[in-house]
Amino acid sequence: MKGRIIGVVSGMFLLTVCSKGDRSSVQAAPPAPAPQPAATAASAEGGTITGKIKFTGTAPRNPTIDMSEEAACKAKYKTSAPTEENVVAGPANALANVFVYVSAGLPANAKYQAPSTAVTIDQNGCRYHPHVLGIMVGQPFEIINSDPVLHNIKAIAKKNRPFNVSQPSAGMKTTRTFSTPEVMVNLECNVHGWMKAFLGVRSDPFYAVSGPDGSFSIKGLPPGTYTVEAWHEKLGTQTATVTVTGTESKAANFTFAAH
Amino acid sequence: MIRVALCACILIPAPCSLLLSQDTTAGKIVYQKWCAGCHGDNGAGDGEAAKRMIPPPRDFTGAVYQIRTTASGQLPTDADLLRSIDEGLGGTAMPGWKSRLSDRQRYDVLAYIKTFSTFFADTSLRPKPLMFSKEPGGGTGTDALKVGRQFYDSIGCRKCHGDQGRGDGPSAPTLKDDAGHPMFAADLHENWRFNGGSTVEDIYHRLRTGLDGTPMPSFSDLLEQKFLTETELWRVAQYVRSLSPAETPVVSDVIHAPLVSRALPRSPDDSAWKTVDAYWFPLVGQVIHKSRWFSPAVSGVWVQAVHSADSIALRVVWDDRSQSPDTAWLGHVGRVLAALDPDEGAQEQPALWPDQLAVQFPVSIPTGMERPYFLMGSAGAPVYQWRWTSTARTAAVAGLARGIDRFDSLPASGVGARSVYDHGQWRVVFTRALASPDTASQLPFRTGRAIPVAFFASDGSHGEHGTRMAISTWYFLALDEPVPARVFISPVVAMVLTLGLGMLVVWRAQQKTSFRRKQ
Repeated sequence: MKGRIIGVVSGMFLLTVCSKGDRSSVQAAPPAPAPQPAATAASAEGGTITGKIKFTGTAPRNPTIDMSEEAACKAKYKTSAPTEENVVAGPANALANVFVYVSAGLPANAKYQAPSTAVTIDQNGCRYHPHVLGIMVGQPFEIINSDPVLHNIKAIAKKNRPFNVSQPSAGMKTTRTFSTPEVMVNLECNVHGWMKAFLGVRSDPFYAVSGPDGSFSIKGLPPGTYTVEAWHEKLGTQTATVTVTGTESKAANFTFAAH
Repeated sequence: MIRVALCACILIPAPCSLLLSQDTTAGKIVYQKWCAGCHGDNGAGDGEAAKRMIPPPRDFTGAVYQIRTTASGQLPTDADLLRSIDEGLGGTAMPGWKSRLSDRQRYDVLAYIKTFSTFFADTSLRPKPLMFSKEPGGGTGTDALKVGRQFYDSIGCRKCHGDQGRGDGPSAPTLKDDAGHPMFAADLHENWRFNGGSTVEDIYHRLRTGLDGTPMPSFSDLLEQKFLTETELWRVAQYVRSLSPAETPVVSDVIHAPLVSRALPRSPDDSAWKTVDAYWFPLVGQVIHKSRWFSPAVSGVWVQAVHSADSIALRVVWDDRSQSPDTAWLGHVGRVLAALDPDEGAQEQPALWPDQLAVQFPVSIPTGMERPYFLMGSAGAPVYQWRWTSTARTAAVAGLARGIDRFDSLPASGVGARSVYDHGQWRVVFTRALASPDTASQLPFRTGRAIPVAFFASDGSHGEHGTRMAISTWYFLALDEPVPARVFISPVVAMVLTLGLGMLVVWRAQQKTSFRRKQ
């Protein structure tokens, strides 16, 4: 009897001590992927919003990066010194690296399946490639290091959980996911203060990043009237209202003012 | 069953109390009384005192916490939060509350703090502590430390913490937290100032979890990817621990300056200094005169002194992440000034200020307990100071301070200085003749007397100049007197006498015994 009581007591002891860990391990299972009954999956047949992004005025010069502390990165720039990518201008005042997304107008109850293919960001030459990118909630976000130097990847987020992980050598890979839409999650490396990237996290697939010629295209939209927002890291945001009725392509051009 | 549970609760009070329901209403009362002054009424880290602190108080609204047992990006457990509340955070303004608040109050305030963020209410985010391995043995051996050092280099610790671990790495000047506040890489030689605790386990846990919200990342992924083994990561922790003294330095009041027969070690790296006792003196911010300074960069000085028959050498060593003035740190100076409220007037523009050190004595050795005002004397009772700056590295200016804002240098002071800056550390040796040409204002040093001494330090690359500095109170310097010859002779004489007397007593006793036997 005595032995049993001691057994029970010590069992309780263990339970109490370990209960936090046990409990959380049960409940910390990754949230099941969003159920898809009402999945209005982006169809190839829907409408398209396409456009060009430009800026007026003179684009600020991107500061040259001093990589003298990182010979391995510096060596990757043979012809010209690397610069920051605060404002990347193309021909005829085209503006690259603008995140364009549908900020309002989609059915409130619509659910979209996140692709299982990962969105990859590469740390190469002590810069992020790409510099601006979009990803869906739950979609794998793959961070790879092509530099033989230490990078830390710090995600600064408000709606998602921020994180900060290290990759001290080439070939390392870290995969993370985001749980909540957020425009934008900032990525930075604290070892190399100039390294910055921006991640638009959306619960739908209707987003794009403008290319070097300033063009973007958002495909597969169901009929509806949408607010389209264009976000630039230095030049702010702009919105446009676009109505899509069928499978047509609608234009939405944005012009930012550079000072 | 209830009785059994109660038994268990009596056996282990803390975890059981955690299981009890926490009262956020009671927690709010505790919070508003004790926490809101720094952390703000709404938990946003914007209380009244916040703009005097580097690092700033935690903003609870984002639920981003440095000290956790969970993976980077996860919420802390209740036990993690309780630990920070109980023990405080080393090297910051956050004190430990274990002895000031009751168990009940601390659990309640913990529950209240969690209400500032919606993340804690999200059951899918329930924190899961990492499974930490046990420390492997042999951590203090040369081979283990060598492995630790090897991985310290290969996982890039030195990028921020520097080659010698003093927080002076090439990336150190650019560090900021999530909100853009200035951040220091920890000086790994001062483990008593580590945010998350000073032990090898604490260091290992921080390597695994990272310090979320700061530039310090988690190194857990390296284990999963077999970049290094758990033992090797433990070796890094052990190496880092080995950089600090085995025991947290204890403040002693008196610097003993032994008498040396050889020439005085005038160079900061003279090997003779290795055999001289070093004394630790903590420094605090100058918060008495405007403009006050609540977040000093220099946390203390190590002081050694020796003297010869006619001169004294005083060596002051302190950790400083920057060899100011250094343009690389200009951005940091700007962030420091922006993070703190200007004490008066407008925000100052960042500039290239030098590092400074002052050693202070009274103008003459006091006869009683009375000493001049510790903070650079006063108009009526000045103090005698040696001032060194990093822009004139091999010279010191001696003079009289008559309050914090008045310093009159003395010509032909006879004070020499030599300095070395080495991987985040200044080492300065001051020398002067014991005798003084001007006994009214330049202290004559005498052996066998307690000479008051105080220290002041400024890190120019932290925005420190003028009244913005780190200060100490009065301590004492004692020049050991030459040991008179009688100290060595007297014991020998006493021993000989004792032996002689003893033998005499024995001889007399033997004489008496043999006399009785004859009878």
